[in-house]
Amino acid sequence: MTYIAKPKLHHPGLPKNALGFTHRDYEGRISTLCAGCGHDSISAALIQACFELDLEPHRVAKLSGIGCSSKTPDYFLGQSHGFNSVHGRMPSVLTGANLANRDLIYLGVSGDGDSASIGLGQFAHCVRRGVNMLYICENNGVYGLTKGQFSATADKGSKSKAGGTNADSAIDLVSLALVLGATFVARSFSGDKHQLVPLIKAGLAHQGAAVLDVISPCVQFNNHAGSTKSFDYVREHNEAMNRIDVIPAREEIKVDFEPGTTEVVRQHDGSYLKLAKLHRDYDPTDRAAAMAHLQARQAAGEVVTGLLYVDPEPEDLHTHLGTVTTPLNRMGEKELCPGAAALAEVNAGYR
Amino acid sequence: MNKITSTNDFVVKFANVNGSGSASANELFARAVMRMGVPVATRNIFPSNIQGLPTWYEVRVSGEGWLGRRGGVDIAVLMNPQTWNKDVAEIESGGYMLYDATKPLTGQKLRSDVTVLGVPFTALANSMEGTIPRERQLLKNIVYVGALASLFGLDLKAIDELLVKQFKGKTKLINMNGTALRLGHDYAEKNLKGACGLKVTHSDKVGDKIFLQGNDAAGLGAVYGGATVCAWYPITPSTSLAEAFTAHCKKFRVDKVTGQNRFAIVQAEDEIAAIGMVLGAGWNGARSFTATSGPGISLMQEFFGFAYYAEIPAVVFDIQRGGPSTGMPTRTQQSDLLLAAYASHGDTKHVMIFPEDPRESFEFAALAFDLAERMQTPIFSMMDLDIGMNDWLCEPLQWDDGRSYDRGKVISAEELEAGKSFARYLDVDGDAVPYRTLPGTHATKGAYFTRGSSHNAYAAYSEEGKDYTEVMQRLLRKFETAKTLVPAPVVRRAKEKAKYGVIYYGSTSVAMDEAFASLSNEGLHLDTMRIRAFPFSDAVVDFINSHEQVFLIEQNRDAQMMKLIVNECAIDPARFISILHYDGTPITARFIHGAIAERLSVTRKEAAE
Repeated sequence: MTYIAKPKLHHPGLPKNALGFTHRDYEGRISTLCAGCGHDSISAALIQACFELDLEPHRVAKLSGIGCSSKTPDYFLGQSHGFNSVHGRMPSVLTGANLANRDLIYLGVSGDGDSASIGLGQFAHCVRRGVNMLYICENNGVYGLTKGQFSATADKGSKSKAGGTNADSAIDLVSLALVLGATFVARSFSGDKHQLVPLIKAGLAHQGAAVLDVISPCVQFNNHAGSTKSFDYVREHNEAMNRIDVIPAREEIKVDFEPGTTEVVRQHDGSYLKLAKLHRDYDPTDRAAAMAHLQARQAAGEVVTGLLYVDPEPEDLHTHLGTVTTPLNRMGEKELCPGAAALAEVNAGYR
Repeated sequence: MNKITSTNDFVVKFANVNGSGSASANELFARAVMRMGVPVATRNIFPSNIQGLPTWYEVRVSGEGWLGRRGGVDIAVLMNPQTWNKDVAEIESGGYMLYDATKPLTGQKLRSDVTVLGVPFTALANSMEGTIPRERQLLKNIVYVGALASLFGLDLKAIDELLVKQFKGKTKLINMNGTALRLGHDYAEKNLKGACGLKVTHSDKVGDKIFLQGNDAAGLGAVYGGATVCAWYPITPSTSLAEAFTAHCKKFRVDKVTGQNRFAIVQAEDEIAAIGMVLGAGWNGARSFTATSGPGISLMQEFFGFAYYAEIPAVVFDIQRGGPSTGMPTRTQQSDLLLAAYASHGDTKHVMIFPEDPRESFEFAALAFDLAERMQTPIFSMMDLDIGMNDWLCEPLQWDDGRSYDRGKVISAEELEAGKSFARYLDVDGDAVPYRTLPGTHATKGAYFTRGSSHNAYAAYSEEGKDYTEVMQRLLRKFETAKTLVPAPVVRRAKEKAKYGVIYYGSTSVAMDEAFASLSNEGLHLDTMRIRAFPFSDAVVDFINSHEQVFLIEQNRDAQMMKLIVNECAIDPARFISILHYDGTPITARFIHGAIAERLSVTRKEAAE
């Protein structure tokens, strides 16, 4: 981390987005993570994605659990409310927040310990409920804040910095998300900003449960030979299924590509995902096929990345609950209290 | 044999098999008595089981209007061979037993001082043409209600009206039940005339009172109190609260035009997730709650500490049951006080309120949401199984249409725009309650970071001792402010100046009211105080200090309220005499009377010697 405070002055020539904000308006406090941490790259990608999406910073709510990854919401979107909850329980807090006000954009930030160990249950249930959110797992396979223990996403056979070998099977959050019914599933690598930023943009725009697993090497405790979450290892084994571009609804979509190389998926909000197919036979709108493909590739030792699955017409928890379109937190006595006359009738029913 | 003869004052105990459909017949009986203007107190004593295990239903008929469990049984309706001997043993000398005389008795235990009344319930039900076996199984229960109607002199027409109300237009069912009722009634008229000395006569003691369960009332109170988010996990005896909220919401909160719901109810994956959702919603400005019981409170601990420290409104209904561990899930206790008061690690204190009956469960439920948003902290409504899951006769529920919700200190976008300063954890008004903003309020002002790690008054992460203690000290002062907002204790003065006082709370109220009257009749004069909330107001300390000694009546083993008072008010424990009832059944007036009278007679003897 650095001890130099960020200057508040902006260069007058900084590019502005449609709302007149510069990317500096999407920044947060100075990171306290280690220099070179993959998580800081993800924060930077989030800043860029929100800037490019022309989001009003304060309309995003950032929620996290406990751990290095969960500290990061303090380091981006300084004008957004943040909620650093307890270990492994961000999903429930995010669910409740979403129920209270469906108009905000919910960003859940978690890590592999937070999501796959202590919080596996909550991760699973918020995904299967279809909570409208982008759930990012900053996945480094290791407990950083407690100095280097394996997490539940560490691959079987991978080595710890202290020299131990992990004998347990890894929990693959992407496979889980697919099984649990997530309507947007992607994986990326903190070292590949060109892939990561569009995936974040697509995930934020997605109107359902979006899960984005980002392999994010821990430079202190999991970046050595024998680790399967190191920069070198992920670069060597990264197998991207596709590259996506997010095209806003207002822009015209031009089809100028060879058939079979690019696919266009129209999202519910009118925007388009333009996918450059790196594997011709991979169809990211077929859940079962995606699962089969993912298992086969992973068994072959590849780190499969890209947009793995998307349902262009997702449902979310509010759809299931039939909630009113007005956020519940804006309602008062008038909308909520049945009043004295109704109570007189209720009393009569109890006689 | 001296048969018990009593009018409008006796106890009927139904011994049934769980899942046999007896509950609605037993309730029908209780309502029939109330239709005659005679108050009843009912207690459902049921196992943690769906089918097959013994279950009992007690109806105390009390012309005087005493609503506590009396203790003892004057007439037992023996529908369960498994528990026959135990049920017979419980009957008061001179009492009665009513049994199914379809088959002759084959050596079952009888008592020479108990009158045996036999009615062939099964045979009579089986005689009903056009019914199927499953229906006859249920109708057998109505046959015994008919027999009791004859024995006690109940108004058959009133029961007919109740059947019409219960089966709403289903003529076949109404007629079928009416026939079964008369079969039992007529048999008893013919064969048991004059055999029973227990009678019910018309009275006017019920008035406009209502008959409902505390969980139902609290669920309704949450609707009236403006709760929009409910997250819960099924656990006896709290489940019916969430279900009642759901039912009341479906009645009152569905938009008539769009069909959309002005509520969101989630059955969570566990209690931890339930309270997490409640806090997320509370942080985001919706009134939210969970309903649970002791094991749930244990699981939620970490989040309670978070809510206390990060100052997030939440309402928690704890329908207490017998602990520790799984304990007695279907029995009542007041044994979560210390668990809730100091929930979570580190230095914490939480606000508790103690409703005494379903009416107050409704009132306190609505109040809890005001308190939670005003204080920005969890509010625990400490109910119990006795209030929550039994039908209680109580005063009608009331609501003042002029009442508005107290949404607490929330800064709006307009205020921020106008330059109002905002520091999340700063004591601006001197009441130690800070201001908050809701997420998404303003583009450039008012955002802050909510965290369970140590923070300064400006919500910034800080490990500075000074910053930490400033916040912790303010939280203590905030608890002082809570004293002024929570329901005040209720004091009842003895007719004469009293040396002794009595403190009690929650569902003990009805038993205490009766014990107060009976002790007073015996010349034992005591002042009483009903505690309705924690933190304790100064009135609690004054009450204790103005008496030589104070009886503290609780439904737990460890005198938890006494310990809480000793701890929080620095009072000498020797000033208290604990009266503790914790076998899982509701406390009775007999128990309280006995314990206090015995203690006072010892004291008097000692004084005389």
